[in-house]
Amino acid sequence: MKRVPMFGTSSIRPLKINYSRMKEEIIIAGFGGQGVLSMGKILAYSGLMQGKEVSWMPSYGPEQRGGTANVTVILSDEKISSPILQEYDTAIILNQPSLDKFEPRIKKGGTLLYDGHGFVREPQRTDINIYRIDALETSIALNMAKTFNMFILGGLLKIRPIVEIDNVLLGLKKSLPERHHHLLAQNETALRKGMEILIPIHVL
Amino acid sequence: MEEVKLMKGNEAIAEAAIRCGCDGYFGYPITPQSEVLETLMALEPWNKTGMVVLQAESETASINMVYGGAACGKRVMTSSSSPGISLMQEGLSYIAGAELPCVVVNVTRGGPGLGTIQPSQSDYFQTVKGGGHGDYKLITLAPASVQEMSDHLCLAFDLAFKYRNPVMVLSDGLIGQMMEKVQLPDYQPRLTNEEIREKYPWATLGKNGRAKQNIITSLELVSEEMEKVNNRLQQKYREVEANEVRYETFLCDDADYLLVAFGSSARICQKSVELLREEGIKVGLFRPITLYPYPVAQIHEYAKQVKGMLSVEMNAGQMVEDVRLAVNGLVPVEFYGRYGGMIPTPEEIVKAVKEKLII
Repeated sequence: MKRVPMFGTSSIRPLKINYSRMKEEIIIAGFGGQGVLSMGKILAYSGLMQGKEVSWMPSYGPEQRGGTANVTVILSDEKISSPILQEYDTAIILNQPSLDKFEPRIKKGGTLLYDGHGFVREPQRTDINIYRIDALETSIALNMAKTFNMFILGGLLKIRPIVEIDNVLLGLKKSLPERHHHLLAQNETALRKGMEILIPIHVL
Repeated sequence: MEEVKLMKGNEAIAEAAIRCGCDGYFGYPITPQSEVLETLMALEPWNKTGMVVLQAESETASINMVYGGAACGKRVMTSSSSPGISLMQEGLSYIAGAELPCVVVNVTRGGPGLGTIQPSQSDYFQTVKGGGHGDYKLITLAPASVQEMSDHLCLAFDLAFKYRNPVMVLSDGLIGQMMEKVQLPDYQPRLTNEEIREKYPWATLGKNGRAKQNIITSLELVSEEMEKVNNRLQQKYREVEANEVRYETFLCDDADYLLVAFGSSARICQKSVELLREEGIKVGLFRPITLYPYPVAQIHEYAKQVKGMLSVEMNAGQMVEDVRLAVNGLVPVEFYGRYGGMIPTPEEIVKAVKEKLII
């Protein structure tokens, strides 16, 4: 096990995925308004476009009404049984309370991707892959704050290429209402930019 | 056939309603089923099929609007979640007593009282053991996926008209809020008044040249006559029990132990079965699809070949009583449940199987 120093993202390789019988169980968690649910939706639609079985299970309770929001997304080659999970292959974490809640629930050898903004406690696990992405900072600097969640999704796809970019773009088109279709290009830019700003913190 | 789409269970209910020739939806918003009414309003089916969509002033009003529509032989429905369904119980008893077809969808949340907006299965007793007053039964379907939300809604209308009886689609917040793949049914035209008169001669659509008017009522003050009404209802229920039992099994044939679960619990249990099988423990899953009529005979048959059963529910133990009646003492029947809006995890169920069944 080794702490990996920060280096350019061009050398970041995708983590190993068993493509023959693929199943990816993902939790996306953060504050309401960060685009957590819609990111999950785009991911689910992308899976649909790629011919996968998909499920998207949101938190719709009090946490959504002014607090943390989360969504469980499963992409699989086989029929999905439980849409509710105790452990996840991959966690995308966008705030401190979500890190506290979900860091212990990532499978050994799994992946944690988090936005670097506003954490008082960094991730502690040494038996998982940890990547940081400064999506908030970058999206604001580029005046693209509204596509914040697409930077994150781009980062995810760099390390977990579970769906092809073309299918993500198709999924994006499906999940966005038509009146927002003029923003598709900006979303694609954010997606590709997100792939470039990933920082490996701890890689197994 | 329609293309495969991704949508919430609640949205699938709305889409399927329009497609299976529904004449009218009357409802009142409540979490976690508000998307049914919202989706219907957004789809504006009155422009496409002429279907009426109306937000009533309350759940009590909704079910009575359904009563009125059903009396005219129309395919009408409502949906709500647990507290709202409680308000509809009087109307449901009247509709069952008047022998009218209608569909009611319950996207269950945790009770009692206003309770929580999170998923629960604590309305099992209310649905299959009465709810309203009198000796009546609701044919009850328990979907376990978004696809089944769509499929069961259309099936519910067919059963409702086949038996002139209200049908409940008993889902919960999990299935209602979850997005999955779904293939919607093709559009089926609504019946015209002439077609309704021909198919359903009991419908109150005007005398239209007949000598005597149709009367729809649940009132019969002469006891001898009321007993006959009840006899007719009971005869109908026996027919439903003989013909309409539906269930699904998962790895039951070689199983030493059986999980019994319906709706979303069954989804979670399927994962538990997979986990237990990985450990070499032979467990199967029996999923009743109709909760009334209950698959009594089928569960009894499995009781002859397994060592024990565990009923897994998102309540404090309701369906387990029906499992025990079906098993009739042949093997131990245990219970595991979470309630108040909590959802059991597959791992918890694995633990419960080991602690309660395999000693």
